Amino acid sequence: MSEQSAILDYPEQEYILPGNRLCAGCGVTIAYRFMLKALGKKTVICVPASCLTILHGIYPKTPVMATTVNNTFASTAAAASGFSAAFKATGREDWHVLAMAGDGGTFDMGIQALSGAAERGENIIYVCYDNEAYMNTGSQRSSATPAGALTSTTPIRPKEQFKKDFMKIMDAHWLPYMAGISSAYPADVYKKFLKARQIKGTRFFHLSAPCPTGWFYPTKDTVKIGRMMVESCIFPLYEIEEGRLSLTGKSLSIARSGGKKPVDEYVAIQGRFKKMTAEQVAQFQKHVDEQWEGLLARAGF
Amino acid sequence: MEQTLILTGAQAAAEAARLSRVQVVAAYPITPQSKIPETLSGYVEQGALKAEFVRVESEHSAMGVCIAASIAGARAFTATASNGLAYMHEQLHWAAGSRLPIVMPVANRGVGAPWTILNDCQDTISQRDTGWMQFYCMNNQEVLDLVIVAFKAAEKLLIPCMVCFDGFLLSHTYMPVAVPGQKEVDVFLPPYVPFHTMDGDNPVNINPVVTSEPIPDPDGVLSPGYIGFRHRLQKSHEGALPVIRQAGREFGQVFGRSYEDPLFGYRAEDADFVFVAMGAIAGEACEAVDALRQEGVKAGVIALRIYRPFPALELYQALRHRRVVGVIEKAISYGYEGALASELKAAFYGKGGPMPLISNYIAGLGGKELPTADLVEAARQSITAAQNGVVPEGAQWIGC
Repeated sequence: MSEQSAILDYPEQEYILPGNRLCAGCGVTIAYRFMLKALGKKTVICVPASCLTILHGIYPKTPVMATTVNNTFASTAAAASGFSAAFKATGREDWHVLAMAGDGGTFDMGIQALSGAAERGENIIYVCYDNEAYMNTGSQRSSATPAGALTSTTPIRPKEQFKKDFMKIMDAHWLPYMAGISSAYPADVYKKFLKARQIKGTRFFHLSAPCPTGWFYPTKDTVKIGRMMVESCIFPLYEIEEGRLSLTGKSLSIARSGGKKPVDEYVAIQGRFKKMTAEQVAQFQKHVDEQWEGLLARAGF
Repeated sequence: MEQTLILTGAQAAAEAARLSRVQVVAAYPITPQSKIPETLSGYVEQGALKAEFVRVESEHSAMGVCIAASIAGARAFTATASNGLAYMHEQLHWAAGSRLPIVMPVANRGVGAPWTILNDCQDTISQRDTGWMQFYCMNNQEVLDLVIVAFKAAEKLLIPCMVCFDGFLLSHTYMPVAVPGQKEVDVFLPPYVPFHTMDGDNPVNINPVVTSEPIPDPDGVLSPGYIGFRHRLQKSHEGALPVIRQAGREFGQVFGRSYEDPLFGYRAEDADFVFVAMGAIAGEACEAVDALRQEGVKAGVIALRIYRPFPALELYQALRHRRVVGVIEKAISYGYEGALASELKAAFYGKGGPMPLISNYIAGLGGKELPTADLVEAARQSITAAQNGVVPEGAQWIGC
C-alpha cells in the first residue's frame, strides 16, 4: 500500500484545533498532529519551556485536545519517567507518555535527564523536535545548529562546529526503538508512531522541524526545505530496532536507486547560511556524505 | 501493632515512607540521606512496599519524577540534603506552584563550597521561600511521626512539605523509636485522592504560560493571572497552621504522641531566659538550660517544630513576657543575621507592650562541636547585656 492511500486510514479525531500561537509555517505542528493521531487520547504530553509551550497556548485557553503537563526546562525525561512510574503504580498502563522537547531541551539542557531515563529503559516515547537553534527565545545557537549558520548568538561569524550527532548518543543507550522523522513526511511519522506505540521501553524520535523564523526562508517553503534535507541526505529517514538500522521512505529509495541531491540548493535558499563560503559548503557536503555512507553501510547497502 | 525499634533518623524516615504507603519514590543518594533510598529500594525489591522506585540520575530529576507522579495521582516521596537540595531548587518552586503534596525528608547538611558532609541547616533555610512547608525534628521519633503527619497535612492543603532533621546527629544516631502498626497508620492516613484525575476525554493543560492580568476563559469566566496564583498559595499557607495542628492532634489521638503544638517547650513555663531553636540543637539547648538552672538562672527552651508556615503568633504569645531570648541557629542570612532571629523580632512588631531582648547565636555550622559550656556562656553574656540595657547587634558566632 502506498503512503498516499494510507491517508484514508488516519483517525479523523484532531487533537490540535485550528489556530495556535506558533509562527506561520512552523514545521513542528505538521508532525505533532500525526503523532497525536497515532497515540490517541490516553496520552500525557510532557513539555518543557520551548516552542511547544507557545503552541499549547496561554491560560485559560489551549488549542490542544490532549492532556499536557508543562515541566522545567531540563526535566522533560524525568517528568515522563514520573508519569510512567505513577501509571504503573496505579494500574493505568494503558496510557502513553509522550515527551516533546526541542533541541535545546534535548541536545543541551535536557541531555542528563534523557540519558538517565533511556538507560533505565523508562516506558516513554521521547521526541526531540529539532529546529536547530533555541528558536523559542529568538534563534540563539544550540549544539544542534549546523556549521555555517548565523544565529542571534553567532550574529556576525557563523557557527564553526558541526551539529552534534545526537542519534549516536541515543544509540549508545541500547534502545528498543529509535527513528529519524521529518515534518515534510507526515505519513512516515504516523507509520513509525504506530509501530513505536506497540513497543515497551524508551523510544526515541529525532524530528527534523524546519523553522522559517530562524532559518530565514519564506513560510510557504517549510515542506520543501524539509524534503530537501531528506533528498540531500542531510537528515535521512530511518529506524533502529534493537540495534538493526533500516532506511525508510525517500531515504530507502535513494539508497536503492540513487538520486541523492547536493546540499548547494538547500544552503542557497536559507538566509541563515548567507555567509557560508564555497569552502564551507564543500566541507558541509563532505560531512553529509561521510555520515550518509556510514548509514548506508550499517543498513547493509 | 506498635513496636519499639532502635533506629537511625534515616531509617525512621524510611519506615515512615513505608507506613505512608508511598507509591512512587525517586531519589538520588547524598550523604547523610543515602540510607533512606537504600532502605526503601530494599523494601520495594522485597515486596514490603508496593511502589515504583525510580533510580534517577540526579536530585533535579528526583523532584521532576515526584512532580509528575503526584500530578498523575500517586503519593510521591523523595529525600535529599545539602547541594542535592540546592540542585533541586527550581523544581521546589515548580512543586509548590503546582500545589502537589510531595513529602521530602531532608537530612540537614552544610552547603559547599567548601565541601562539608557534616550538619547545619543552611540547605533548608536557603529554600525557605520556595513555597514548601518546613517541619524540623528534634529526635528520631519525630522524624518518623512528622513524615506521616506531613502527608496528612500536605494532602489537605495541597502544599509540599520538607521534614528536616539534622544530618548525622539524627540521621546516623540510633535511638529507640516507636514504630506504629500499618493498620493504625492506614486509618490515620487514607489513600491519596488527587485534586485532579487525568482523563483522556477531558484533557487539560497543566502549568501553561499565565499572563500578568486575569483573562476570561471561553465561557467568559475570569481566570487568575500569575499574581493571583501566587496569592492563592500564600493564602493557603496562612491557613495551614490550623490544618497541621489538627493533623498533629489526630495523630496524638491514634498514637498517643500529639503534634498539635507547633512549639515544644522545656522548663520554659517560668523561664526569664529562653533559648529558641529548631531541630537537634534544641536538644543541646536543653542541656544548657539544666546547667543554667543549677546556677539559679530561670532558663528554658522553646523549639519550633514548624518553621513554614511561621508560627508567629504562637511565638509571640510564648515569649512576650520573657526578659531575654537567645535564638540559636545553624544557618545565616549573609549580610544580616540568622533568618529565625529576624523573623522572631518581626513577630513582635506592632504588638505594643514589653518584648524580650533578643540575641542571635550562629553555631554548629558544618558540624562544628557546640559544647554545652559555650551555650551557657552565651546565655550569661546575653543576660548581663540585658541587665545593662545593651541591645545586642547582629549575630554572635559561637566557636569562631
